[in-house]
Amino acid sequence: MTKKFEGRKISPGSVDGEALVTSQGISFYGGVDPKTGVVVEKDHELEGQSVTGKVLVFPSGKGSTVGSYVLYQLAKTGKGPVAIINKQTETIVAVGCIISEIPAVDKIPIDQIKTGQQLRVDATNGVVEFI
Amino acid sequence: MKLTHLQKEMLDGKHGYATQKSMEILNALGEIFDAEEMVPVTSVQIAGVSYANLEEPGLDWLAQMAKDGRVRVLTTLNPAGMDLENWKVLGIDSEFAKNQERVVDAFAKMGIITTCTCTPYLVGNLPHFGEHIAWAESSAVCFANSVIGAKTNREGGPSALAAALTGYTPEYGYHLDQNRQAQIGFTVKSSISGTAQFGTLGKAIGDILDSNTEWTIPYITGIPRANTDELKAFCASIATYGGNALFHMEGLTPNKTKIPKETITITEEDLEKAEGALNEEDAAIDFVSIGCPHASLQEIQYIAKLVEGKQVKKETWITTARPTKQVADRMGYTQTIEAAGIKFACDTCCVVAPIKGRFTGLCTDSAKGCYYGRGRNKFQTKHCSLEECIEEALMQ
Repeated sequence: MTKKFEGRKISPGSVDGEALVTSQGISFYGGVDPKTGVVVEKDHELEGQSVTGKVLVFPSGKGSTVGSYVLYQLAKTGKGPVAIINKQTETIVAVGCIISEIPAVDKIPIDQIKTGQQLRVDATNGVVEFI
Repeated sequence: MKLTHLQKEMLDGKHGYATQKSMEILNALGEIFDAEEMVPVTSVQIAGVSYANLEEPGLDWLAQMAKDGRVRVLTTLNPAGMDLENWKVLGIDSEFAKNQERVVDAFAKMGIITTCTCTPYLVGNLPHFGEHIAWAESSAVCFANSVIGAKTNREGGPSALAAALTGYTPEYGYHLDQNRQAQIGFTVKSSISGTAQFGTLGKAIGDILDSNTEWTIPYITGIPRANTDELKAFCASIATYGGNALFHMEGLTPNKTKIPKETITITEEDLEKAEGALNEEDAAIDFVSIGCPHASLQEIQYIAKLVEGKQVKKETWITTARPTKQVADRMGYTQTIEAAGIKFACDTCCVVAPIKGRFTGLCTDSAKGCYYGRGRNKFQTKHCSLEECIEEALMQ
């Protein structure tokens, strides 16, 4: 039986991809290099890792509202995550995903997802499935 | 979210791309914050104007929106990264200037009035008590909610633009009266006057609010009087240090509220401690800046009086809204101030202009200016009264 979670649509779209999971919040402004997609926040669990092409799984966004534009820049240059899964999405990530057309879902028990797992994200219907 | 027929049409793309994207943003925010419906807004203030913050991606998105997006309500703009007319004299390079102009042009194309000020309420965007608005710019949000009694959440650049292009914002947070009640009392046991001291008080209370997750809205007593300039300084500071969007001040602010049972006393020592944290000992001052938030006519009139016939020895800027300076021009204040060697920087401010590395030590009467001077620009800071700032500028 395939395991699946039902959450809430934040930004529509659907995509398959590999999970990159952190238990820490992410600040896209200052915390992620907008040119490379590499996490640069000092002492962050994901420091040095790239979010490019990943289903990025984290509890919530934080930091400056300029972070929405960083997500947009990443998506425009193909360096962005293919989807975002949150425990609770806040304004910066919600706005960033909508303007960048990155599928996003929240209200998902993210502690049950591990880095490297293959996921199908159907953000339009708020569903995340292991494949 | 319950959407009306028109709002659904906007969401379905029947009113164009920019309106659709805007409604997607507002609808998602409404869902996230459990709003039941949209509320019409009649005034918008947009932040995120400096090219130093937006860079190419931000500008690119604005250009996309400007293709078919047009504002539906009165909309004004926050400061840009430079004086749009006098940028060369203020040391801005031409590449930055070109890009900043592209940003302002994109906003203008959407019908936004390019006031480029953080004090929209001083230059024609003045909501009335109880009006629902969607403002960005933390100091103006705090002023609108607290001093005027209008109703707004703390919007970011894109969510404010979305409200402007649709005429709506989701009804949650500070739009609802039950979320505008005071939660903690503060009684001030010291006599406070001038923009600098009100800024210090904003930091003292803001720091306490920031370190506590239970209270966000204070009820402040012990301030018998305050003028608009002092409240403007207080709003900027409490918003910067405490993330505050609404306060009540007994006898001075118009909102109805329950009075909290618990009260914290702010003593002379608390204020000294806050003041100490805004000052570095032996800061090497080579830059004096006044006008954060943007200087009012009254402040400019007063500065003209202080510097008449004198000459500053340090780089000194007054940041203000262009319409304010235009009246100062007519009154001869500008001439007096410029003759003393002080520069006007309109349309911009020291928080958003690209001035990192140009100066070592900042002297200002603005507590907010100290925060961004340090964090963003790595300046040492000296925080003192307007009169002392001018004295500092006049000293070798």
